[in-house]
Amino acid sequence: MERTLRLISSNPLDRLARTLEALLVVASQPLDVAELAAAAQEDPERVETALRLVSDRFREGRSGIVLEQVAGGYAFRATREAAEACGRLFERPVERGLSQAALETLASIAYLGPCSRPELARVRGVAADSVVAGLLERGLIAEAGRNGDSGVAGGAVRYRTTPLFERVFGLGSLSELPRLDDLGGDAAELRSRLQAIAERRPA
Amino acid sequence: MIVRELELDLDAFEGPLDLLLTLVLKEELEPAEVDVAEIVIAFALGLAATERLDLDACGEFLVLVSALLELKARGLFADEAAELAELGADEAAEELARRLEEYRRIKEAAALLAERLEAERDRYFRLGPAPLQPRPDRRTSPQDPALLARALRSLAAEPPQVSLAHMELRFPPVTQFLERFRAVLRRRSRFDFEGELRGLSRAEQAVAFLALLDLRKAGEIELEQARAFAPILVARAVGAAAPGAKGKAWSARSA
Repeated sequence: MERTLRLISSNPLDRLARTLEALLVVASQPLDVAELAAAAQEDPERVETALRLVSDRFREGRSGIVLEQVAGGYAFRATREAAEACGRLFERPVERGLSQAALETLASIAYLGPCSRPELARVRGVAADSVVAGLLERGLIAEAGRNGDSGVAGGAVRYRTTPLFERVFGLGSLSELPRLDDLGGDAAELRSRLQAIAERRPA
Repeated sequence: MIVRELELDLDAFEGPLDLLLTLVLKEELEPAEVDVAEIVIAFALGLAATERLDLDACGEFLVLVSALLELKARGLFADEAAELAELGADEAAEELARRLEEYRRIKEAAALLAERLEAERDRYFRLGPAPLQPRPDRRTSPQDPALLARALRSLAAEPPQVSLAHMELRFPPVTQFLERFRAVLRRRSRFDFEGELRGLSRAEQAVAFLALLDLRKAGEIELEQARAFAPILVARAVGAAAPGAKGKAWSARSA
C-alpha cells in the first residue's frame, strides 16, 4: 500500500516541538523548561515531552545541529562532525589562552562558591587581581554581591561562575563537577612529607 | 653568577632582580603580585647554565628570596599575622598542611577543567548578542499621552519676563524731605505723615521716614501715634529752632 509522505505533522505535540525549535534558534543563551513553557504558553510537562522529540531530531549523526542540555537549560550547538569547518570560520575567544593561573582561579570560584579577591589570593598564594579582571572580561565569572551579612558596601566584591562558564566547559550545572573532597590525592602522604621536612630542620 | 643581575620575566615585572627588590622596597610593586616560584626557577636555570655549583650565589639568593617571601606573606596575610603567631609549632604545621591540601585540590580541579576544555574543543555554539534580545517585562503603569503632551507643552512655553525694576531703584536725598516737611510746618503747626506721603513710591516713603526721624532727633518736631500702625501726627516742637535751620546732611545710603 502506498502512503502519502507528510512532511509537516499536524500532531499538537509535534507543533509544540517546532515552536521550541524556533525559540531555541532565536535565544542567545540556554533556555530552561520554565522559560520555554512561558514563551510557548504550554504546560511544562508537555514541553519536556516535546523537548525529547526535538532532542531525537537534532542529535549527532542525524543533523548538523544538536540539542544539548547545558548550563541549566537547553541550547543548540553545532555537531562535532562539523567542528573542523566551524573552526575555519570562527575563533573560540572565551577559552583561547586560558592560563594555569586562570584555570586555578576558575576552579576556586566554581568549587568554593562566590569568593572575593583576598580569598582567592589566600588559596593560591598570589594576588588574583589581573586574573580576575581577565576572567570577568571573558564573561566566565561575574560579580555576586559583597562580603558581609547584608551585602552592604565596603566588603570585598565576590565573584561567581556564569552560565557561559558551564556552557564552555560543557556542564549541565556546577553539580556535575567531581567533589572537591575526592581530589588532591593522599592527604596523609602530604602531611608525612611535611613532618619529615620539619624533623630535618635544626631545632 | 651575579644574583642581583638575574634577569626575570614575570607577569608583574620584567628586568633584573635587584630592580625588582628596589621596587618592592619602595612600595612601587606589590609583593603579592610577584610569583616567587618563577624567580626560583629563573635562578635554578641560570645556575644550571653555569655548570658549576656557585655556593656564594646560592647563599645570597636564599637570603634575598626569603626576605621577599616574608614581605609577600605579610602582604597576603596581614590580618592573620597575629592569629598565626599565636599558634604552636604543631598547630602551625597543621594549618600549613590544611592550606597545602586545599591548594592541591584546587590545582587538581584546575587540571580537570583543562582536560574538560580540551575534550569540548569541538563543541561550537552561538556566542555574544543574539539577533533578538529577550523581551523585557514592562512594569510601568498605563500612561496617558495627553498628560505627557501637556507636560511638554508647559515646558515649551515662553517663560514670563522677569522684572529688573529693583535694579534701577534710586533713593532721593533725605534733604529733599527735610526741606519739604519744614515748608509744611511753616504753613501749618501739624500734619498727618501718611497724608503727606500719598502718591510716593515705597523708596521715597522710606527716605521720608528717615527725614522725619532726623527732624525729631534735632528737636524740630514732635511725633504722636495713638498705637502701633495708627496714623503718625507730626507737630512743630514747642520752642523749636526756626524752621529752615540747616540739619545735618545725610542720605538714605549713609543711614
